[in-house]
Amino acid sequence: MSQDTAMAQGGFWRDTRRSGIGSWIFSTDHKRIGMMYLYCVLSFFLVGVVLGFLIRLELIAPGPTIVTAQTYNALFTVHGVVMIFLFIIPGIPASFGNLVLPIQLGARDVAFPRVNLLSWWLYAIGAVIVLVSLFTGGGAPDTGWTFYVPFSARTSTNVSLAVFGVFVLGFSSILTGINFITTIHRMRAPGMTWTRIPLFTWSLYATAWVQVLATPIIAITLLLVVTERILGLGLFDPNRGGDPVMYQHMFWIYSHPAVYIMILPGMGVISDIIPVFSRKPIFGYKMIAFSSLAIAAAGSAVWGHHMYTSGMSDLGVLVFSFLTFIVAIPSAIKVFNWVSTMYKGSISLEAPMLFALSFILLFSIGGLSGLILGAAATDIHVHDTHFVVGHFRYVMFGGTGFAFFAAAHYWLPKYYGRRYKEKPAIVGWILMFVGFNVMYFTMQVLGMEGMPRRYYDYLPEFTRLNVVATVGSWILVAGIVIVVWNLWRGLFRGEPFTGNPWGGATLEWSIATPPPTENFDEDPVVTHGPYEFKGAGIP
Amino acid sequence: MSHAEKDSFGAKLGMWLFLFTEMLLFGGVFILYSVYLTRYPKEFGLGGHQLDLVFGATNTVVLLTSSLFAAMSVTAIKRGAKQLTLGLLSGTIGCALIFLFIKYLEWSAKFHHGIYPNSPKLIAGPPGESIFFSLYYLTTGLHGIHVIIGGILMTWTAVMVQKGMLNSADNVTLENVTLYWHLVDLVWIFIFPLYYLIL
Repeated sequence: MSQDTAMAQGGFWRDTRRSGIGSWIFSTDHKRIGMMYLYCVLSFFLVGVVLGFLIRLELIAPGPTIVTAQTYNALFTVHGVVMIFLFIIPGIPASFGNLVLPIQLGARDVAFPRVNLLSWWLYAIGAVIVLVSLFTGGGAPDTGWTFYVPFSARTSTNVSLAVFGVFVLGFSSILTGINFITTIHRMRAPGMTWTRIPLFTWSLYATAWVQVLATPIIAITLLLVVTERILGLGLFDPNRGGDPVMYQHMFWIYSHPAVYIMILPGMGVISDIIPVFSRKPIFGYKMIAFSSLAIAAAGSAVWGHHMYTSGMSDLGVLVFSFLTFIVAIPSAIKVFNWVSTMYKGSISLEAPMLFALSFILLFSIGGLSGLILGAAATDIHVHDTHFVVGHFRYVMFGGTGFAFFAAAHYWLPKYYGRRYKEKPAIVGWILMFVGFNVMYFTMQVLGMEGMPRRYYDYLPEFTRLNVVATVGSWILVAGIVIVVWNLWRGLFRGEPFTGNPWGGATLEWSIATPPPTENFDEDPVVTHGPYEFKGAGIP
Repeated sequence: MSHAEKDSFGAKLGMWLFLFTEMLLFGGVFILYSVYLTRYPKEFGLGGHQLDLVFGATNTVVLLTSSLFAAMSVTAIKRGAKQLTLGLLSGTIGCALIFLFIKYLEWSAKFHHGIYPNSPKLIAGPPGESIFFSLYYLTTGLHGIHVIIGGILMTWTAVMVQKGMLNSADNVTLENVTLYWHLVDLVWIFIFPLYYLIL
């Protein structure tokens, strides 16, 4: 950070016992840890974008275009691993969760500040291991991010190291979850009852439970892959009496709930932004808070819907299909409540709100296409096609990705004391939104027409739509570049941002900008709910 | 809650949450066990008979005794009996070492008979037998790693007690490490019947 910026910024940026880089990587201040997470996840996001961009470029025409088939396999594997484990799972909870959660509760830090720092270190170490695995051993893994056996047990690429890196990342995720649950239970300010907790923090509470209860299963599963490769245990090898479908069960017992680790915090961000920019209390506060828990609970019982074509019993397919549809109910509750909040509100269309609004639309498209995948009959038609890829991007990128940028535009000025420019933010948003739909909607159509996912080559009749999707990726990337550049530039050089310009009623808007090291000069006493704008003394 | 005062309830809550994740970690192995048991009940029975009941039973007694020492050390530190606490902690650590030594004897005896992961004998035998011993080595190996980690944590707490950093007023770290040790013991209580006493 340049010197003049540091001068302009007070608060936790300046106040420190150590100096230089040590004041960051050994800091137990939740805001500094959140910032470190933010920079890491954003960097990995950009790496993932580049890889995704290359995959799309390869698919612009049938046959070899820019890379070989083996490189293509490595590209989509690394894109998946980086985006899933390094960006989207820690994305909002670890970065914005750390920045915002303790302040929203009226606490001075999380319950275990040193464990919090340990989580970040584990994240950094895990990320380094994953990155090292790309360039050492037999080369970058080529299994897909799911590491399916038997291929992952046999391929000569560097799967063991990559899988071990993901194991370490899982440990980081578990510790963050434990920390947040304990913080929410033990560190609330006087008057911060359960029904006064801001919805972002509520969503992090639900997320934390999923992190704690699901991640250990992926940990043991990944250890099994490593032992399978090193010791040859044969537990997933049919020749030795093992069962590869057991791997899929264990993998998805974690990885489906992990989808809710990814999306729930995004929903929380939206639940905080919509009422502020509509100048209206949120509609159905309790239902939104409760639906987060309902999604976390129901979402943990639907992993089998990834396996309709694996040879699972018909009864299993039926049960998993039914449970999958149940998740739609709490998700729809949220969408209806956000829309109802805006009804007759005084809506102000600034950058955070635009990202929040596009979240609702894109997430709804993603959710509805999810119903097509949840019903066994239609799923068998589109299984492992580009339809699934498109659906997943609508939920994860259209959902969580847009929520991530909504959160960045909403909260970051608070932590920097400076803000981005509004116009480039809106231009960038338009490009992202248009490019996104051109790219991923086309991919869903491609999938309906039968183009499989993960294939290096395709039939000539898919060419036209693939060109459209690739052009969409260019527009999308242009939008991302503008948004990130504008945020970066604005936060270091932009107009001063003080007071409470958005008019939020949650606690983070009641303290100095940027927040001081210990957040509160004196412990706050909470007397009103997070969305009661009237009579709460909002400037 | 203010930052200055130490929240020992919160620390224990965090530890319990962590112990849940440990149970789930072992739960993954037990799920595999239950699936393969229904698939190969006969081979699992025969495999169980090949494990040494004396070694297993002795280790069960050793671990239960270690847990007793650990639990008593918590009471001792709360009463301010520093030397007694240190003695009991040494007892726990000693039991951990005995456990690991017996495990070493047991594993090397099996290796001697050609029973180890991917061994020619297991590959030639029925698939169910290979699966049983793969699971056996996986589960007891993972458990053994936990015993080692627990032993290191116990040693670390003993040093803190010695230095007076843990005392009758502030002892939540010792309590948490003891909780962890009880989990290690508890997991073994499941491993013993599932592998040694089956059928």
